[in-house]
Amino acid sequence: MAKRKTIRTIPRERAPVGEQDPQARIRNFDEVTLRFTPEQAQLEASRCIECPRPVCTPGCPVGVDIKGFIAKIAANDLRGAYDVITQTNLLPAVCGRVCPQENQCEGSCVVGNQLAPVAIGRLERYVGDTAIAEGWSSIPYIEPNGFKIGIVGSGPAGMACAADMAKAGCDVTVYEAFHVPGGVLRYGIPDFRLPNSVVDAEIRNLEKLGVKFVCNTLVGRLFTIEQMIDELGFHAVFIGTGAGYPSFMGIPGDNLNGVLSANELLTRCNMMQAKDRGFDTPLPIGARVAVIGAGNTAMDAMRVCRRLGAEEVHCIYRRSRAEAPARIEEVHHAEQEGIDFHWLTAPVAILDDGKGGVRGMRCVRMELGEPDASGRRRPVEVKGSEYEFACDLVVVAIGTNANPIIGQTSKIKLDKRGYIATDADLATSLAGVYAGGDIVTGAATVIKAMGAGRTAALSMKKYLGLRDSDAVYGEPPKPEATLFGLDPAEHNFVRVRTA
Amino acid sequence: MSSQMDASGFEIVARQDFSDVTYLLEVRHPLMAKAARAGQFVIVMLNDHGERIPLTIADFDRARGTITLVIQAVGKTTREMQQVCKVGTRLYALAGPMGEPSHIGGQRRVVCVGGGLGVAPIYPQARAYKETGAKVTAVVGFRNKDLVFWEDKFRACCDEVIVCTDDGSAGIKGNVTEGLRQAIAAHPDIEEVVAIGPPVMMKACAETTRPHGIRTVVSLNPIMVDGTGMCGGCRVKIGEGIKFACVDGPDFDAHQVDFDDLMVRLKRFAAVEKAAAEKFEESCRIGRKAGG
Repeated sequence: MAKRKTIRTIPRERAPVGEQDPQARIRNFDEVTLRFTPEQAQLEASRCIECPRPVCTPGCPVGVDIKGFIAKIAANDLRGAYDVITQTNLLPAVCGRVCPQENQCEGSCVVGNQLAPVAIGRLERYVGDTAIAEGWSSIPYIEPNGFKIGIVGSGPAGMACAADMAKAGCDVTVYEAFHVPGGVLRYGIPDFRLPNSVVDAEIRNLEKLGVKFVCNTLVGRLFTIEQMIDELGFHAVFIGTGAGYPSFMGIPGDNLNGVLSANELLTRCNMMQAKDRGFDTPLPIGARVAVIGAGNTAMDAMRVCRRLGAEEVHCIYRRSRAEAPARIEEVHHAEQEGIDFHWLTAPVAILDDGKGGVRGMRCVRMELGEPDASGRRRPVEVKGSEYEFACDLVVVAIGTNANPIIGQTSKIKLDKRGYIATDADLATSLAGVYAGGDIVTGAATVIKAMGAGRTAALSMKKYLGLRDSDAVYGEPPKPEATLFGLDPAEHNFVRVRTA
Repeated sequence: MSSQMDASGFEIVARQDFSDVTYLLEVRHPLMAKAARAGQFVIVMLNDHGERIPLTIADFDRARGTITLVIQAVGKTTREMQQVCKVGTRLYALAGPMGEPSHIGGQRRVVCVGGGLGVAPIYPQARAYKETGAKVTAVVGFRNKDLVFWEDKFRACCDEVIVCTDDGSAGIKGNVTEGLRQAIAAHPDIEEVVAIGPPVMMKACAETTRPHGIRTVVSLNPIMVDGTGMCGGCRVKIGEGIKFACVDGPDFDAHQVDFDDLMVRLKRFAAVEKAAAEKFEESCRIGRKAGG
């Protein structure tokens, strides 16, 4: 056996990865970060020191066996690497691109204590993209168990829950209000970060598992959650509708025609393809755009405006770069693309051009005071620092509130902020109805939503008396994993064999 | 049209033309026919390159499993729909019913006012009020007698129908506020007025009822993308606050609505819309020439 790798024996630098030149990419919607070549992937995989007790896996919200899949890449077994990842994460091509790895797996990586951490996200994406190109999918033999599962929302939470329930043998239907599935992966994240072709490929994989997608279906209004259980014959329901009800600032001029939410900008551009002249949805972009906020959505909005032809794009954020919630890579890419960052600046009013549009903004400078409830230092106004700033389009990306539709149409219990109330198992106040993702936690990340979808799937399986293959053939179930003390061998578990 | 052969989408089962710009489409969607209630709307996409447009549900027939839309050809999409939507063709997308249904029930006497295109969506409201036992007066306004439609449907479900035309060629001469004034004068016990139509008409109705202190409800029609509360494009000023018409409405207290703000916001894409409509007309002319 080869000698154990140590921090001293591995390549010190990360494998270089190709990127589109900033000047070229601000004129197209193609991906910014290119895929690893096989040589780059090999090199990067060799940087994993294969810790006996890896800390990266606990850093992943869905617990991907990271050491395992990187070892397969190093052994040049990409199919094996794909199978390792898809045991826990159905969407490697998505997560490799959009997870905030620096706060998760890569943030925990031991190599990162002294060198740059292993580029786990890029390796995951490499495996996911290879699988799409090769047409691989991990479809196990599934024996139908007769249970019908309804999933509300086709975003990351719903997709992850659907995959687990379908693998357990359930008949799964996913409802989507829009005319295309994918949720935030479709309408929110732009093509240069997550191409629609990747979303399509991941959805096709779910369809291969037997999952049915039904679009144009606004659950709550076309039929209610209660009707799904009582009339439509679903044995359990998962709600993953996301947190889309954008916040505005509540300052003068908020309602002017040149002010729109980042959600609206991104939906028009990404889902409705307003960037393409062949499509009907309008999206006029100003010459001087100001985007308020510094999260991932704000970065996406700025970079979309850049590509749609804005001459200047400004980021207005009341804290400093260190507190910006966006992924480091996104801020970095935005800076490369010539976005002008105004840190420690807050808007006070949006100014009317006299024709219902925007001529500028009044801003005030901020400084950081004592830490607030979020642990970040609270921005405080600098007295007398107000100034005017010219712009003709203002994009608001300061977060979202709970979407009210499920609450308006169901007796389901909501929390004080209007999100769906759940227990630790993600069970709601309605029997057989589970919820997860942004509609429970408020706006978070794709991978956290997927983690919630999987947690809910585990709870739903328990509720229905289904056993995972691991529980049946692997380790004996722990006492608390046994429903009402029943022996799983005698209950209606399903036998899942991998083909 | 290739969409005729396409089994996906939502089938148009009837079409009627009320004038050279106003047309009715009846679309098969049994689940929606069952769920729809007065005051709700749908989002329609003509084809996969189209835009999502909100349209108020003008009628629904639970037995036939259909919903009815009455559309005015004013922009590129509605003109294109006027040309290509025939019986047997399909709409690419149809989502709904969206929005909070109107709060109907408990009123003893109401007036339902519909102006122009608002005549169609006021019909299910009038019918719903009647079903809850209210005395219903309908005031419906058109430019002239040739544009009058659904008078028989209103007569069948209302206690009184006042038709108004701009030129006096049918019913009383004047706009719907004239009819509304007559109704208020004749019935001192009116508890609620519902008005649907162009913003300027709804604003006039709100001002007509305000001195009488009659509760007045309007259905707002701002620009939308998704219709599910996600984009905020449809935000409207109601009193001191901002509401999203798609999920908080579309019905609001008329005396609280900032109609001037709504009218400005409706012109948000005016330049692009005009250009798209002109380009579409031009392509139709070329198409006609090429087709002989």
